[in-house]
Amino acid sequence: MEDKLILGGKEFNSRFILGSGKYNINLIKAAVEQGGAEIITLALRRANTQESENILDYIPKGVTLLPNTSGARNAEEAVRIARLSRAMGCGDFVKIEIMRDAKYLFPDNQETIKATEILAKEGFVVLPYMNPDLNVARDLQSAGASAVMPLAAPIGSNKGLATKEMIQILIDEIDLPVIVDAGIGKPSQACEAMEMGAAAIMANTAIATAGNVPEMAEAFKLAIQAGRKAYLTGMGRVLARGGSASDPLTGFLR
Amino acid sequence: MNEENQVYYIDSDVLPPEALAKKHKLEQDPSCRSNHMEYMEGMEVIQSDIKDKVLKAMDEFDYSLYTASDVQRALSKDTCSIEDFKALLSPAAAPFIEQMARKAEEITKNHFGNTVYIFTPIYIANYCQNYCIYCGFNCYNNIRRKKMNFEEIEHEMQIISRTGMEEILILTGESRTYSDVEYIGEAVKIAKKYFRNIGVEIYPVNVEEYKYLHECGVDYVTVFQETYNPAKYETLHLLGHKRIWPYRFDSQERALMGGMRGVAFSALLGLDDFRKDALATALHVYYINRKYPHAEVSLSCPRLRPIVNNDKINPNDVGEKELCQILCAYRIFLPFAGITVSSRESVEFRNGITKICATKVSAGVSTGIGDHEEKYEGKQDADAGDEQFEINDNRSFDAMYHDMENGGLQPVLNDYIYV
Repeated sequence: MEDKLILGGKEFNSRFILGSGKYNINLIKAAVEQGGAEIITLALRRANTQESENILDYIPKGVTLLPNTSGARNAEEAVRIARLSRAMGCGDFVKIEIMRDAKYLFPDNQETIKATEILAKEGFVVLPYMNPDLNVARDLQSAGASAVMPLAAPIGSNKGLATKEMIQILIDEIDLPVIVDAGIGKPSQACEAMEMGAAAIMANTAIATAGNVPEMAEAFKLAIQAGRKAYLTGMGRVLARGGSASDPLTGFLR
Repeated sequence: MNEENQVYYIDSDVLPPEALAKKHKLEQDPSCRSNHMEYMEGMEVIQSDIKDKVLKAMDEFDYSLYTASDVQRALSKDTCSIEDFKALLSPAAAPFIEQMARKAEEITKNHFGNTVYIFTPIYIANYCQNYCIYCGFNCYNNIRRKKMNFEEIEHEMQIISRTGMEEILILTGESRTYSDVEYIGEAVKIAKKYFRNIGVEIYPVNVEEYKYLHECGVDYVTVFQETYNPAKYETLHLLGHKRIWPYRFDSQERALMGGMRGVAFSALLGLDDFRKDALATALHVYYINRKYPHAEVSLSCPRLRPIVNNDKINPNDVGEKELCQILCAYRIFLPFAGITVSSRESVEFRNGITKICATKVSAGVSTGIGDHEEKYEGKQDADAGDEQFEINDNRSFDAMYHDMENGGLQPVLNDYIYV
């Protein structure tokens, strides 16, 4: 059975979205290859350079670019950055990141809904980074988002699935792919999110700060595949604590 | 007689007798100096309680009380409280410098990866109306003064941009008369043609003026408080608008109110008690972040350097170990803040500190006026203006880029869009 991730009508075999910031750009190719990633995110503000070493030149052909709007503080700025991204030839995919919090870099859900609505109407494939909230996820869906990208923990914290219960609710209730983004620090956490039914994992810091970037990208690939397989297979019941009594309580019933 | 500050006083033999007499009076007779806590005419007053909070904390800070176990507790925690930060600044933390550096390195990596930003300053004028006794640009210092015209500014910027640099910091001496806001605004408009990211480090201005500069293309404002101790400040800034401590303190808030994206802070370490100044600087950042959570914030950590006509000026008790301790403490307390280390520091120090906690370095630096062509391309310019202070690390842009890369860091020239 084929198991594709479909975003904006485009099919992907890999469920691993790789970040490109925070590590040497000459490692991008190896990380993409070893991690088997087919989508790579890119801060447009980083690509906005005359530098001879433009990060865009390091992204292998055939990989889908997912430019993000980091630096935007409101919907209007995000829309402007997205349009600039399209004009620069970075394609129609856009990850909306709107932050008015320099400390935790938390996404602004309200502004994100506004920007999603505008950009979806303009034909962008909109993937909004969000704080996991069911009502907001529904609004994003109505606004035309192609997926939702809830955070597991604050960006760069490597703290894992701190918002696990909220993400599980989004997975259960929302028809869009739920891509877990931010805070995933280890392959085991990525695996756990996939077991829960997440559609994909986005990771950057965990890989960027590893001893060997391409090797860690591969470790994530394997963990994501394992979690996906477990989810599709249908996992057995896991008891919260203790064992199950072998003598049934209702054994007296005739 | 002000013994403590004696090292700074230099008399030029070209000063007219009246000027010399006034200079001496300012230096020796505090009663002839104006009230440094009273705003001058035209200085905007904003409502803010940050000053009081910072002054109170600085006043109460007795770093001799902290012990090794306070430091260990601070290092074992995930989030660093103000009390923990005080312990990390204290002498008790000195033996833990390696552990502090390890923790700072991890936090820096999580927030910034292995990136390091490179920028360069351009001084467009060195006229100054202040008498700040430690500064090379001070109005009584006999130096070659210069204000570049717009053609000269454009020419210098072209030369700088040819190196590949994309972020520029425009500086002036503090003179509204010689370098008014419109002059600076025009310089910014020229810079916009050549650079992606523009900051200014100029005399403090009012909200409307910051707004105007932002519209011209500036997004970052740097104002150094020099020392957060008003009593010491008064003995160092004897004349001019810079003398007004509270107006300077509120600059970052006015800049943010004017729409700027980011603000930078610093004390000039070595002027006063460096531990108290470091605490005040970081708390200034901390409270600004709480009040303006969207603002990007960064810290610098300059130490005193020799100036033209006075090679005796030095950073006093702030050695490289102390500086490193402060910077690690800054990083642990403020994981999200940028940290800039200037060319006042040595090559070795800058190479080392960028691996621990610094996120931005300058390169190809001149603190003189209109001498980039001379410094970058070897063409002499007899007309250049003198420097504000002596730099230590004079690496070119290329050399810095490669040194950072060879150190395992990723040099970034721009990570910014003006929207």
